[in-house]
Amino acid sequence: MKFKISDTLILFITLILFISMMVVLNGTQFFKMQNIQSMAYQLPELGILSLAMMIAMLTGGINLSIIASTNLSSIVIALVLSRMLGADMSTSGSLGSIILAIAAGICVSGVIGLLNGFLIAYIEVSPILATLGTMTLLKGISIVLTKGYVISGFPPMILSIGNGAIFGFPVPMLIFLVFAGLMALVLIKTPLGTHIHMLGSNATACHFSGVDTKKVLMKTYLLSGLYTGIAACIMMSRFNSAKADYGESYLLMTVLASVLGGVSASGGFGKVSGLVIALVILQVVSNGLNLLRVNNFLTIAIWGGILIIVMIANYYFGRQNNNGKSFR
Amino acid sequence: MAEKFLSLKNVNKNFGGVQALKSVDFEINKGEIHSLVGENGSGKSTLIKIISGVVRADNGAVIEIEGETYKDFSAIDSIRKGIEVIYQDLSLFPNLTVAENIALGEMIATNTKIVDWKRVHQIASEATKKINSSLALNELVANISLADQQLVAICRALTHDVKLVIMDEPTTALTRNEVDDLFVVVKDLQSKGISTMFVSHKLDEVCEIADKISVIRDGVKVGTFSNEELDDDKLTMLMTGMEIDRENYSGDFRSKETLLSVRDLKKTDNFKDISFELHAGEILGITGLLGSGRTELAQALFGLNPADSGDIFLDGKRVRISNVREAISMGIAYVPEDRLIQGLVMDQAVGKNVVITILHHILNGFGLIDRTKLKERIDTSIKSLSIRIPSVDSPVNTLSGGNQQRVVLAKWIATNPKILILDGPTVGVDVAAKAAIHDIVRGLAEKGVGIILISDEISEVFRNSNRIMIMHKGRIINEIDTSETTEEIFRELMGLQCKGKQ
Amino acid sequence: MKKIFSKYETYVLIAIVMLGFLINSVNANFFTLENILDLLKSYSFIGILSIGVLFVLISGGIDISFTATATISMYVMAVILNTYGGNIVSAFLIAIVIGICLGLVNAVIIYFFNIQSIIATIATLNIYYGLLTVFSGGKWIYTLPTWFREFAQVRLITLSNQAGGTYGLSIITVMWMLIAVISWLILRYTMVGRGIYAMGGNKVSAKRVGFNLLKSHLFVYGYMGCLAGIAGVVLSLLVQCVAPNSIVGKELDVLAAVVLGGASLTGGVGNIVGTILGVILIAIMNNGMTLMRIPAFWYDVFIGCIIIVSVSASALQQKKKAFRKIAIEDD
Repeated sequence: MKFKISDTLILFITLILFISMMVVLNGTQFFKMQNIQSMAYQLPELGILSLAMMIAMLTGGINLSIIASTNLSSIVIALVLSRMLGADMSTSGSLGSIILAIAAGICVSGVIGLLNGFLIAYIEVSPILATLGTMTLLKGISIVLTKGYVISGFPPMILSIGNGAIFGFPVPMLIFLVFAGLMALVLIKTPLGTHIHMLGSNATACHFSGVDTKKVLMKTYLLSGLYTGIAACIMMSRFNSAKADYGESYLLMTVLASVLGGVSASGGFGKVSGLVIALVILQVVSNGLNLLRVNNFLTIAIWGGILIIVMIANYYFGRQNNNGKSFR
Repeated sequence: MAEKFLSLKNVNKNFGGVQALKSVDFEINKGEIHSLVGENGSGKSTLIKIISGVVRADNGAVIEIEGETYKDFSAIDSIRKGIEVIYQDLSLFPNLTVAENIALGEMIATNTKIVDWKRVHQIASEATKKINSSLALNELVANISLADQQLVAICRALTHDVKLVIMDEPTTALTRNEVDDLFVVVKDLQSKGISTMFVSHKLDEVCEIADKISVIRDGVKVGTFSNEELDDDKLTMLMTGMEIDRENYSGDFRSKETLLSVRDLKKTDNFKDISFELHAGEILGITGLLGSGRTELAQALFGLNPADSGDIFLDGKRVRISNVREAISMGIAYVPEDRLIQGLVMDQAVGKNVVITILHHILNGFGLIDRTKLKERIDTSIKSLSIRIPSVDSPVNTLSGGNQQRVVLAKWIATNPKILILDGPTVGVDVAAKAAIHDIVRGLAEKGVGIILISDEISEVFRNSNRIMIMHKGRIINEIDTSETTEEIFRELMGLQCKGKQ
Repeated sequence: MKKIFSKYETYVLIAIVMLGFLINSVNANFFTLENILDLLKSYSFIGILSIGVLFVLISGGIDISFTATATISMYVMAVILNTYGGNIVSAFLIAIVIGICLGLVNAVIIYFFNIQSIIATIATLNIYYGLLTVFSGGKWIYTLPTWFREFAQVRLITLSNQAGGTYGLSIITVMWMLIAVISWLILRYTMVGRGIYAMGGNKVSAKRVGFNLLKSHLFVYGYMGCLAGIAGVVLSLLVQCVAPNSIVGKELDVLAAVVLGGASLTGGVGNIVGTILGVILIAIMNNGMTLMRIPAFWYDVFIGCIIIVSVSASALQQKKKAFRKIAIEDD
């Protein structure tokens, strides 16, 4: 008799365990408003990037270009702003100009998504190689655009995207929740969502059932790209600068968060709710360890350890589909 | 009296409470071609695994090979005794050369550490000589035909001092010609005193090649018979334990109106000069050997493999079918030959599989999937085809072959097709479930659906069609009405025409 | 002749030659022995790593953690040498042992828990790198023994240029080539090597034929670790300092070189010659840009384009192959 536990439940229990652990270790400090606030400001960047990674992984692919795409988008936003506003960028900035700049950045991220989608869907390059190529190319373009320098000092309105609050609720958290909700809506309630899951398990059968698999892949990577555009807005605002190689350590973290959140590395399975819980776990652990003044890098090591433990747990619960077809 | 090679007595095998084999006795003589037949899940593969030592029989079994008795028979014992299994998937390495594929097993068995490529070639060419074949030893296995790959697998078995070759469904992917060539090889092995255990579900082939036939059902051996005692129908009866309704299709719901008309359809390297008509309510059988172009033709009509030239008329109107979505929108549905890869998304839920073809019909005003409609559609489909599942959320791969095939049918019936193309609809399905699927198909014809039934099983096509077209090397070479002839005559005709033309 | 043109490596070689002529037409310094020998020396680090990655890719896996392995190996080596002293042999031995151990950890996780290699090695990369940075405090090591410094200057052949400076075939390049030859022999002439190809081609069959998949896993990831260890020492010889953060993050660059060299991510395909050519192609591009005075920040753009074009070309090639033919009887 095999007892089947829902994956989300396992994750939730893990989360409770970690929170209690952090409370025991840190005492009441952990629950202080200030601490919870700071977590709420930190989570969204990685969160939105993880959503961008997750949707690609659901189709059995991967998107290695998300960080490069984020950086290029924020550089484009920054360049458009500085072109329009000139030297006093950090003090001026009308709503119109900012909307225009952000629109430009998100357009760029969309085009990048379409490029990835085209390579993967129509040329049939394996996702890992296609996005490895675009990652390098995009980073190159970013370096060329900035000559390797930092662009910094943004208008206050941009800064409020990542640092502001509405009725005491952090703006970036709000943005994250909206986009996580949107992603969940797409995955659960639209034909595209069902197609993405089905395609991740077996693309041929989808093709034979009349699913336009190429279009589904295009849309998947387009969405993935657009989410990096959103991430770009938050990241540039939080750093108050844009540069070609920011946040590179996030790349592997997004894979980690997705897998931890129950997204199958071979595609087909995964829920936004699982990913969100996984992100909270990661945030709680890193924040708790931070309060304990544990070295940041030890935290990285611990995350790696958690990933392995989760995979081993999955292995023993026997619900992992290891048929060797990862990353076509 | 022939000399005994292998004898099994009182073999039981219990897998976690399920009795896979119940006191089975089994014998093979030297140089004998012995066929093992049985339904899916009858215990065939467990028996193979016990003979190859991969699985151990439960206590009490006596295994005797060439007079030597084993209590605990292991894989190494099996190999030492010259027993070789050729698996259905052939277990070859596509990225290695033919020579290396043949020689690898021998080199591992002799505990080779350093590869001497001369020796590799020597082993390989000796093995190919044994079956008088001229395989291109330096070619990659990925680049040779399936039939040649089969020979590579046989050659690999012959590198050892082999006494018994077990072939598990060796003819599944072969054309009739290639099957003939394979039989020559098997006979040749026989003349060298090598026994062959031939496991197959194609009963006509079994009757053709085997000296003896053992039938196994629900883990029990029904009996061992000599070739002369059996024919197709008798075998089926023994395998299933029931008299299946083998009556020919007597229904005729053909209407006057032509549903589909095809004129001079051609596709380079696939088929040419294809012209035929399909009426509403008609079941049109297409048969022909593997590689005759039948699947390619079906896929052309379904937009998977659009034709280069020629015309297709639907309800009298000329249409172009350039992709699957167009085909579906015109009311065409296609049940593909490979259920596991093309037909279903095995890891995913039954419900999702059933509605994948009609998702855009169950949206609400916001373009989102309507839960109620979704549930309704799934429930209707599952009920109308009486698919037995624990829950709509169970993955398809937990179902039996018959139920899986019903899921495929369900998802196409959900689209309300005018034309349903079935390509090998009962492959890997038990005889009982087979009859049920045929009933579903007949029921659809009665409702006026035009059906194209493709199969290489002659009796299936003959007993379920109004009309049959025979395809050979990319063309339609004959067309007959089943009411005007008998299955025997048709079978002969088919054999003559497909062989005579080589 | 046809056989030569059906090989992927031929095209990489053609690309290299054409690129070489292009660069040389702009700057005649390219085709000088001095430049080429220098280039080979400075790319031996990537070259050695790429051979390890090749083994993993052939076996059907992927390894992301090798940069961390290399870093740990060289860091621990440097610390031990500075504390207890030693010689060049012990330097390599220390690094190799550490590298192999870390590689075996990967193999064990991947084999026993059936975890996809990319996930497992992403995890170990984080663990290895995180722990190293914690224990090293992120401090760079600038002081290395004099003999260590001297070894890096050893040349097997020494030549001098017109300006009077000397150059030659560095022992480091020779080590790279030696490793390449040994690896080629392993892949071509040992059952272990053939087992790696077999495993990458069809894992289930490899098991049925009688290969011990555990041993193959241990060998592949152990060898990757071993080469990462050697590469770590080579890097510290080249730059004469040890930095905990200098190479982590570069793992995909090495992967790109191996893929450019014709290895497939699906396993079973790839060879040493192609891999070396892949590394040389990247080296020449980088060097050529300097020689042609193209600003360095264009580098990634070019590499990115090359990767995209080459993987697209081979994907299109694959697409053409997948067509099933039927012999139509003619009248």
